[in-house]
Amino acid sequence: MAVPYALTERPSYAGAPRRGPVTRLLEDQRWLAAVLLAPTIVLLGLFIAYPFVKGVELSVTDATVGVAGHFVGLRNFAALMGDSIFRIAVANTFLYTAVTTVFKLALGLWLALLLNRHFKGKALTRAFVLLPFIIPTVLSTFAWKWMFDPTFSVINWTLFRLGLIHARINWLGDPGLAMVSVIIVNIWRGVPFYAISLLAGLQTINPELQEAAAIDGARPWQRFRYVTWPLLLPVTMVVVLFSIIQTFADFQLVYVLTGGGPANATQLFATYAYQIGVGTGLLSQGAAVSLAMFPVLLVVVIVQLLYIRRVEIH
Amino acid sequence: MAQVLIRNLNKKFEEVHAVKDVNLEIRDKEFVVLVGPSGCGKTTTLRMVAGLESITSGQVLIGDTVVNALPPMDRDIAMVFQNYALYPHMSVYDNMAFGLKMRKFKREEIDRRVKDAAEILGIQSHLKRKPRQLSGGQRQRVALGRAIVRHPQVFLFDEPLSNLDAKLRVQMRVELKKIHDRLGTTAIYVTHDQVEAMTLGDRVVVMKDGVVQQVGEPLELYNSPANRFVAGFIGSPAMNFATVRLHEADGSLWAQGDGVKIEVPAAIAARLRRYAGEEVAMGVRPEDLRVATDQDGAGLSVEAIVEVVEKLGSEILLDVQVGRSTMVAAVEPTVPAKRHDRLRLALNPERLHFFDRASEAAI
Repeated sequence: MAVPYALTERPSYAGAPRRGPVTRLLEDQRWLAAVLLAPTIVLLGLFIAYPFVKGVELSVTDATVGVAGHFVGLRNFAALMGDSIFRIAVANTFLYTAVTTVFKLALGLWLALLLNRHFKGKALTRAFVLLPFIIPTVLSTFAWKWMFDPTFSVINWTLFRLGLIHARINWLGDPGLAMVSVIIVNIWRGVPFYAISLLAGLQTINPELQEAAAIDGARPWQRFRYVTWPLLLPVTMVVVLFSIIQTFADFQLVYVLTGGGPANATQLFATYAYQIGVGTGLLSQGAAVSLAMFPVLLVVVIVQLLYIRRVEIH
Repeated sequence: MAQVLIRNLNKKFEEVHAVKDVNLEIRDKEFVVLVGPSGCGKTTTLRMVAGLESITSGQVLIGDTVVNALPPMDRDIAMVFQNYALYPHMSVYDNMAFGLKMRKFKREEIDRRVKDAAEILGIQSHLKRKPRQLSGGQRQRVALGRAIVRHPQVFLFDEPLSNLDAKLRVQMRVELKKIHDRLGTTAIYVTHDQVEAMTLGDRVVVMKDGVVQQVGEPLELYNSPANRFVAGFIGSPAMNFATVRLHEADGSLWAQGDGVKIEVPAAIAARLRRYAGEEVAMGVRPEDLRVATDQDGAGLSVEAIVEVVEKLGSEILLDVQVGRSTMVAAVEPTVPAKRHDRLRLALNPERLHFFDRASEAAI
């Protein structure tokens, strides 16, 4: 009778290579963790931490283009306090962010609710809704610029033909209307992000809940109010906060459409920072304007992180 | 309390005719179970009663009212869903109270009803919890509670136990039965599980391909199935079928097929005579087969070879080969059968079923 194999010898894996020093090193969890984290740390450090630190550094000097500058403490920030254009930019940024966010949320939610229904050509429609979001902002904003052009405005032409107006509307030339125009374009560009994100959120809600609520006697509005909305709230919060951060620091759209004008009527944090820092070459003051946004965005991020954490705990 | 009448009910989806001319009369306080394989139209029928699915043609009456055009909330029904469909962001209490709040009940009345229902279901201590903090069985109780507090005219159940594990399912089945006995509310219950159907239903409706196959009390379906589908669907293990040719010899009727030669008992021979010379399907339930003794005549037994022995404790299931086809026999737990054993199985002559080969209707 043969002796059982297992008793005679340990199984050996013929042909298995001996483990080299690198392999042995990587089997230590601490080293492996460091190696796996390295790419992220390098990327974040290079493209986020370094520019940020550099920005802080600049903001406390009197550097201009070509001149290294000396440490001046908080003088740049103090100067901003007395800068009337800066105050306008701050007010504009808050107004711009608040108005667009409200409209983007309302329209995006409405669109998401519509897209969440079953209809023919659903997939295609959903894809088309994303268009404003995926076209490069500068390109689409140029198109809007033409539509708002005092002479060639297609909007004016349409309103005129419909008999709604009798004189040209100077969309981008009038200070009040310029802000309205910028806000309209921002809403147009931002709604798809809301719509698609909220649609994704809606699709995680079990449709049986709607049926259960219908049987429970809830009318459509009540079903939205008591079932859909509370369940969509976590997604909505994240989307809104992301959008606030984006909008608060918006640059391209205003830069292309009005350049912050007329007479600073559409001047925002980012455009003003650019105008001072790059336009006039006062790098340190531009950095100070940029950094003035930081506390606001920090608050938004903290709120967001706290909220996400609360949702995760529950 | 109310009866439910379903008249010539049809549902056509784009390409599927899911429910075909269903007629049912569900009496006041009755517990009726719709059962059938998936895709048989049972759930669609229930959803049409609930108002969650539009009616292609026909009528649904609850009480004396035609409810075809009424939205679910105005039908005075309550429904329990397969996946519970509890509102995840509300506490157990609020889940149960939601329907009453929507109907503008007074706060004290809501409180009283929710607490009553919680007591019936034994979930008083969980009222403040959220659904995700509950086990499957507890969630199902909350879903039941949400239906109970409403005091509706009709309960609708859509496979409410199928997400529970086997043991819990048996326990909840018993509780459901008790609750129904206590409340006496008319109930329509959909399941694909024939055991649930048999144990819960005052009457059972067997459906297949959108068509009602048979309506009857559980034992009626079991003892006299209307067709071969019902015969095979009701009962576990399923009924054995063999194709046999009927012919007359020596003054009696014989059923002869592959490995089978049986003298048809005189009691049923009369109605089978017109099939003499034709092939029919013969059905015999596993529990109507037993190991033959010397007293059993050759005319009422078959020769079998044991292929698999399944010892269930209370009985033994023998998977046997008869001719070229297989059969299952449920025999006494003391039978010492082994694989490859050759034995004779006696048939209970009173309990043979015959079905038309073409129409599959019982003969």
